[in-house]
Amino acid sequence: MTDLKAFSLEVRTWLEDNCPDEMRQPITSDKDICWGGREWEFQSTAQKVWMHLMAEKGWTVPTWPVEYGGAGLSRAEEMVIKKEMKRIGARSPLDSFGIWMLGPALLKFGTEDQKKEHLPPVARGEIRWCQGYSEPAAGSDLASLATKCEDMGDHFVVNGQKVWTSYADKADWIFCLVRTDNTGKKHHGISFVLFDMKTDGVEPKPIKLISGRSPFCETFFKDVRVEKKNLVGVQDKGWDVAKYLLTHEREMIGGQHEVAGSLTRPLHELAATVLGLDDGKLSDTILRSKIAETEIDEWAFSMTLTRKLAEAKAGSSLGADSSMLKYYGTELNKRKYELMMDATGHDGLEWESDRSSDGKLARTWLRTKGNSIEGGTSEVQLNIISKHILQLPGA
Amino acid sequence: MGLVLNEDESLLQDAAEGFFADKAPIKELRNLRDNRDEIGFSQALWKEMAEMGFTGVLVEEEYGGVDMGFMASGIIAEQMGRNLSASPFLSTSILAATAIREGGSDDQKSNWLPKIASGDAIIALALDERAKHNPDNITTTAERSGNGFRLNGSKAMVVDGHVADAFIVAAKTGSQEDGTEVTSLFLVDPNTNGISTERTIMLDSRNSARVDFNEVEISGDALIGNIDDGEHILRKVLNAGRAAVSAELLGAGSQAFESTVAYIKERKQFGKIIGEFQALQHRASHLYSEIENARSAVMAALTALDKNDDNSEGICAMTKAKLGSVAKLASQEGVQMHGGVGMTDEYDIGLFMKRIRVLQELFGDASYHMNKVALSNEY
Repeated sequence: MTDLKAFSLEVRTWLEDNCPDEMRQPITSDKDICWGGREWEFQSTAQKVWMHLMAEKGWTVPTWPVEYGGAGLSRAEEMVIKKEMKRIGARSPLDSFGIWMLGPALLKFGTEDQKKEHLPPVARGEIRWCQGYSEPAAGSDLASLATKCEDMGDHFVVNGQKVWTSYADKADWIFCLVRTDNTGKKHHGISFVLFDMKTDGVEPKPIKLISGRSPFCETFFKDVRVEKKNLVGVQDKGWDVAKYLLTHEREMIGGQHEVAGSLTRPLHELAATVLGLDDGKLSDTILRSKIAETEIDEWAFSMTLTRKLAEAKAGSSLGADSSMLKYYGTELNKRKYELMMDATGHDGLEWESDRSSDGKLARTWLRTKGNSIEGGTSEVQLNIISKHILQLPGA
Repeated sequence: MGLVLNEDESLLQDAAEGFFADKAPIKELRNLRDNRDEIGFSQALWKEMAEMGFTGVLVEEEYGGVDMGFMASGIIAEQMGRNLSASPFLSTSILAATAIREGGSDDQKSNWLPKIASGDAIIALALDERAKHNPDNITTTAERSGNGFRLNGSKAMVVDGHVADAFIVAAKTGSQEDGTEVTSLFLVDPNTNGISTERTIMLDSRNSARVDFNEVEISGDALIGNIDDGEHILRKVLNAGRAAVSAELLGAGSQAFESTVAYIKERKQFGKIIGEFQALQHRASHLYSEIENARSAVMAALTALDKNDDNSEGICAMTKAKLGSVAKLASQEGVQMHGGVGMTDEYDIGLFMKRIRVLQELFGDASYHMNKVALSNEY
């Protein structure tokens, strides 16, 4: 513990000295989130400096080994960094699917060459990755995916289509699930491959969502050539990699609302501002009860996140409990945004105005509806809990 | 970290788990009920709990306790919840021990704390007066009378009041300049003239009392802490009580849930194990998630008390609200998923529903605490 205290002090001093003031302001638009990559245009010098300084320390990926761009820290030390960043309101220096998903998968399943080639550019924000998982006929039933990958001896050729590929139009590389064998059971014959989005035959097309935004794409592959060295794990056994990576995705989605929550005002403050107080109590007393209940649930859930992370040994995965976190965190986030819409009433309905930052709340509210669909629906998570934790028959 | 048990706490958990499952399982509660036991719990069990050190878990070592702290007290309460074990642990080892430790004079401490630790005294908190918990609306009064005080008023839901060797009575002792009334706490002998006690057997086969104080003369040294200063002691007592009740709710709710999952893995209808039906699987999985959050809340509350956290009161309020809701859900889903047999006395699930209903109400239900949380956040 004393070591952590000393570390905490060191982190605090370093952040005070190095985090630019601009990077301590709350996020107001999507552009404030730094994704990195070949095409990335920094929104400000401060954003650029902040990313580079943190990457130099290895603190964009604190728990990764130093040789792959990390700082080789423990989970507890990573928590200290997060806590100290939160204390001064520091923005995340770099967000990416490479950090959240590809990294953990490569660290576990990748060859030494693959780690050396791909991890440092992720840590430094040089290469932006996207995830090719879902297909039009393989959503919740992901393992029935059909994108074909033919073994041509010295290379592979990929043909097919992915959907819900986040930011595929902005990504440099893709990690992709493909079918290398369709003769056995559906979980067999899947492989995990990596390729450059600039390769001939790759074509992403943005999908317009109910929020009016297009964070996702349909991605088409026509005779795409993939090097053999870019197969991760064993050919036909890619489902093991996919499952491992999904647990990381679920933890991330489940835990995301807490991070986002710290950047927005508490629900009750928003409601009090819009609706006013009556004798010290929110004037809408029925909404007041719902807000109290939801805020208590949020607190209890944040304690669960802390507890589960503390229980999981450094670097290990939470297993099926990641489904519980994903299920509960996303349902809670939807509840919270419903109450924010209730609290803001007519104001919250504005779609195109400076006053509403072009409908920021309304668009975010609509976006939260996808939280309990992406990364496995709530119903799929409940199936996983039933099967792997409660061990109910036939689940 | 605090949200994960340390080695001592894990050892205690194993010991408590084995002890209550062996010495005070659910069938013991049934025996006490069916034999219309005179006091509603086993004195022999209480003595054995003392030998284990459980009764003195919050009592300092100089007074014969083991002083293991609130997390330890919660671990014991959770196991009692799992087994529906009847004992005066809450009244005496949590509430009274905290009140006397926090506010007691040297004499009160040396008189009572060793007896709490050795299982030789039962002390009951006489706080609530009406149908709902409301510590801000006490009407019992203690007026100055000679060198002592004169008590008048009525108390209800005095847990273990029917067998108490002493009451801790909360009474109004006057008003401040702005008109707000002030409370003091008194340690009172139940045999004093003017006190009448009625045992009230509750739906969970556990016991409380209604206690009337009619012109009861008590001496000045009955006062716990300073005159007009009962409020801050009472806060600590209530925080400890709410956390302990939450821990017991966690135990009862978890056991009700686990028994239900076991049942739906056995029961067959339509030629299938009913646990194969997705309608039940999803409800059970939702409940699993809620119980995980309930556990985190309980551990956070007990940790806050052990650390003497500034926001202990708020954390205990959130925890009691959460546990009241989650344990209720566990008992309701439990009875429904058991189907017809869930309505029978033979199956244990109904006993859990009854105990959980009482614990939900004790020291404030979910509505009470949601309101409290809202007010403390200024909305």
